[in-house]
Amino acid sequence: MFTKLLIANRGEIACRVIRTARRLGIGTVAVYSAADRGALHVRAADEAYLVGPAAAKESYLRGDRILEAALRSGAQAIHPGYGFLAENGDFAAACEKAGVVFVGPPASAIRAMGSKSAAKALMERAGVPLVPGYHGDDQDARHLRAEADRIGYPVLLKASAGGGGKGMRIVERADEFAAALASCKREAASAFGDDKVLVEKYLQRPRHIEIQVFADARGGCVHLFERDCSVQRRHQKVLEEAPAPGMTAARRAAMGAAAVAAAQAIGYVGAGTVEFIADQAGTFYFMEMNTRLQVEHPVTEMITGADLVEWQLRVAWGEPLPRRQDELALDGHALEARVYAEDPAKGFLPATGRIAHFVPPAASRHVRVDTGVAAGDEISPHYDPMVAKLIVWDRDRPAALARMREALGAFEIVGLTTNVAFLSRLVQCTPFAAADLDTGLIERARAELFPPPAAAPDEVLALATAAELLRLGRDARAHAAASGDPWSPWSECDGWRLNQDNHHVFDFREGDRPHAVTVHYRAGGAFEVELSGARRMLTCESVGATGVRAWLDDESIAATVVRSGDAIEVFHRGGRHRFELHDPWLAGAQTEAHGGGLTAPMPGKVIAVLVAAGAKVDRGAPLLVMEAMKMEHTIVAPAAGAVQEILYRIGDQVAEGAELIRFDAA
Amino acid sequence: MPAIRSTANPRADEFRANAAAMAALVADLREKVARIALGGDEGARAKHVARGKLLPRERVRALLDPGSPFLEFSQLAAFGMYNDEAPGAGVITGIGRVCGHECVVVANDATVKGGTYFPMTVKKHVRAQEIARENRLPCLYLVDSGGANLPTWDEVFPDRDHFGRIFYNQANMSAAGIPQIAAVMGSCTAGGAYVPAMSDETIIVKGQGTIFLGGPPLVKAATGEVVTPEELGGADVHARQSGVADHYALNDHHALAIARRIVRNFNRAKRVDATLAEPRDPLYPPEEIGGIIQADIRKPYDVREVIARIVDGSELDEFKQNYGTTLVTGFARIWGYPIGIVANNGILFSESALKAAHFIELCGQRGIPLLFLQNITGFMVGKKYEASGIARDGAKMVTAVSTVRVPKFTVIIGGSYGAGNYGMCGRAYSPRFLWMWPNARVSVMGGQQAAAVLATVRRDAIEARGETWSKEEEEAFRRPILEQYDRQGHPYYATARVWDDGVIAPEDTRRVLALALSAALNAPVEETKFGVFRM
Repeated sequence: MFTKLLIANRGEIACRVIRTARRLGIGTVAVYSAADRGALHVRAADEAYLVGPAAAKESYLRGDRILEAALRSGAQAIHPGYGFLAENGDFAAACEKAGVVFVGPPASAIRAMGSKSAAKALMERAGVPLVPGYHGDDQDARHLRAEADRIGYPVLLKASAGGGGKGMRIVERADEFAAALASCKREAASAFGDDKVLVEKYLQRPRHIEIQVFADARGGCVHLFERDCSVQRRHQKVLEEAPAPGMTAARRAAMGAAAVAAAQAIGYVGAGTVEFIADQAGTFYFMEMNTRLQVEHPVTEMITGADLVEWQLRVAWGEPLPRRQDELALDGHALEARVYAEDPAKGFLPATGRIAHFVPPAASRHVRVDTGVAAGDEISPHYDPMVAKLIVWDRDRPAALARMREALGAFEIVGLTTNVAFLSRLVQCTPFAAADLDTGLIERARAELFPPPAAAPDEVLALATAAELLRLGRDARAHAAASGDPWSPWSECDGWRLNQDNHHVFDFREGDRPHAVTVHYRAGGAFEVELSGARRMLTCESVGATGVRAWLDDESIAATVVRSGDAIEVFHRGGRHRFELHDPWLAGAQTEAHGGGLTAPMPGKVIAVLVAAGAKVDRGAPLLVMEAMKMEHTIVAPAAGAVQEILYRIGDQVAEGAELIRFDAA
Repeated sequence: MPAIRSTANPRADEFRANAAAMAALVADLREKVARIALGGDEGARAKHVARGKLLPRERVRALLDPGSPFLEFSQLAAFGMYNDEAPGAGVITGIGRVCGHECVVVANDATVKGGTYFPMTVKKHVRAQEIARENRLPCLYLVDSGGANLPTWDEVFPDRDHFGRIFYNQANMSAAGIPQIAAVMGSCTAGGAYVPAMSDETIIVKGQGTIFLGGPPLVKAATGEVVTPEELGGADVHARQSGVADHYALNDHHALAIARRIVRNFNRAKRVDATLAEPRDPLYPPEEIGGIIQADIRKPYDVREVIARIVDGSELDEFKQNYGTTLVTGFARIWGYPIGIVANNGILFSESALKAAHFIELCGQRGIPLLFLQNITGFMVGKKYEASGIARDGAKMVTAVSTVRVPKFTVIIGGSYGAGNYGMCGRAYSPRFLWMWPNARVSVMGGQQAAAVLATVRRDAIEARGETWSKEEEEAFRRPILEQYDRQGHPYYATARVWDDGVIAPEDTRRVLALALSAALNAPVEETKFGVFRM
């Protein structure tokens, strides 16, 4: 076996590969960009080399530098992970030339699958089912119509040169074909300068099912069953599971055989995935082959007990496959959820930020968390915003689903927006729970997946309040302890007043929703809180660094409450609630509004007018530039609002204090 | 020295009756404070709030660290005075914690006669400043006042401790490095304008705060100029043009948040000039004190039972336990702070006065703060005592009390009469703080004694003229004297006139003393140089 392995990747996959290598007694070498100096994968490896600045193009995609690091460190092999250089034939070839083993298929196999159209032709010859279609040059309308009739409706018309949905038409019936073709050709011509179209069978509610294949260099090739990756958003997988719901043994065998055939057709070695598109009846067609380890490979590992990275290394070392096809059995059901730094409510827009608090659910026989980040790390715009993969296993799908629901509920991330709550809703939504899958599931279940934001329940408000009360006490005691008066009675936080009762109003904001929680201080460290118009007794205590236990009247409730900056995040019974405590100073500093005019700070000349009357501007927007004392002064909007009138023109001299712009603060 | 062993039996009828009597007094106190805490009448408060302003107690709450204590002074100032139109004398004062620092807060209540200064308002304000100065506590003024109350100008304006003293204090405290901060949250007219102007840093609230030496009516009268208050002295004028204010706040909450930021930047560290220990609760709950204190003021009780419910672990290391036994002296800790206690346990004799003087010397020598628990009818009188020089020994005690420089705290837990008041550090002896329990009485002497003395003098005069004075006539003569003494000796009468810093419930005494001790230790303990003791 290799004695030293370089991992040409970052994040969770680098950490995951290092884990197996370490178990096998293989030394590990990481590479990193300047942005990843302190990253988990760098810390996890035995040694690590800087390969360039943050941008992937100049670091993780620089095969030359990575190869150089391999040679310098004496690594005998390079594991590319997924993404970056994993499916780069040139890199695989360069490794071979340099005498370093590329843990993956030969360059020729990568290239064979690299071109989608060539790959399809290759697969057709190998007898792998393809989506019926016509991709030929005969663009005569009657011929195309005849092809459509042969394929069977509905069909999809697509610009050959196209992409991004432009020039696409779904034709439901034969009599609609002519009109649709004409308009499709028009659009294709105008969009791409080429009116060539192709005709394909249109699959309604398609599913994405893929087969994990594995081949060794001695001609052995097996499949490790399927994964269903139908749940996608923006063509990216969100949930993956194995086995695929509704899969029959016969179809599994047929798909497995087709996948093995596909691999063998290109002389494949190592881990690969053959992706199929399937209709609701189960008919499947080849889409493409990924010549690498997939993100979702843990799902397969959970149901087969195989360590696919170990398999990859053994095969790369020249060993035969660890198991024959008849030694592979499928056990139970596994699900994977991809935890992304993104905002599902804003079209899954990637989010960035520093992770202030990161507590994934506890790993067990049933729960696996693959991640490459820890609290304090930053999710930067340079790389994929995936934070972690959460994989669960149980004896069947309903049991696995319950595990997933619970694990997602226990996943605590603070500091950036993530899709955890969305994933929670997703795994519980009706179609997913019923295994009614297709690639349009998220769109279909929108109403269920994007409910209007609900106000935090009383228990959560009580816990947020309790956490604040406890924090205030802790902070005051710490402040006193650090002073010359370590047990000062002034550090007490029981709201003591002379001859009077006392209360405090916590001005929480949950998004735009205000929650004013009035707390009355009572004897013996108890509080009386006003919630939903009722008064309830509250006592509370800290549990560890972030735990809070509270008694609301006689009800005992608990949560993890994390404070990061001004935000208070409450993780309670699988839900996450984010509050901010209103800070009048900050609010004031951000407003600093004074209506009326904007005046010249000193005598000078107007040299630029940057807005027109009537313009609506944000606070801080530059409005006008003056030159005075050889310096430029930019007059900015004091608040969001509208420019009413600009009182000077470029070149005008203005006196100190002269009103320059009439402004209406919003 | 072992802890004090209480012999009180909370199940005894007498204990319960005492507790009930004290509970009634405390309930009455709290009921009065609750009413006063509302401020002005409902109409005035509604008008205030409608203008977008916070009520003064809300301002104080928002200024202080959430949940932190507030040691309010003179809650009942002006009680029963000015036709009861000035609850709390229209100003809230006290010590509170702001960003971890103990500060004196002075907040005008504009719902009480526009926040104008009655004589007692001035006295309460100046007293708060005195507390700030003595204990080196930063001052935060939340200004919302129309200035001096014109109808009572003669009791407000001209004398040494009148309105002008406020600014004199500000200047001298600032000179002594005690920060002076003002937030102008309403009117700040005429002399009042000097509160922000004399401050180290000043905040003004947009649309609410105004500062001017002469308001629009005065301007119109003087020059004919017609001007709005906002134009004359609003936030925009002072934060952008005049420079009278340093910080522009959008509203009350913003202003108070700015004030907190200002305190954060004080760069003050508290250094305590004493050995500290971790606080321990007394062995006996402070709530039991009410049962100890005899409802009948003439019945004696052992003051150690009270001390056992105030000090840490109920531990008192007594000094001269067997000498001058009508006075208890000893060392203890309250909330971990060292304290020397001087407590009456009967009338003062020469021995007890000497014991007190000796003990006060010890505390002065060692820099230990002193607590006086007053329950004193006075020094012993009579031929034998005068001859043996009780006045000389009393003078020693008064000299020691007057000149010792450690922080002194006085709680009047019962009677406080005559020279006893002096020897036991009454108001005139400048304790850092002085409080009364609701059962306490302060008089030059007891009502009965005063009536008897006056009646004797009267009878002597009448009988010298050869006339007679009937029992009925004497009774009619004595009754108004008794009534006067009864009324004027009441703690509410005293506290209304700011003869003390407030009336406190016995069970709050430990906490109040702890807060006051801690606050007092913001100032270094000075060295003592005693005066000449008459030997």
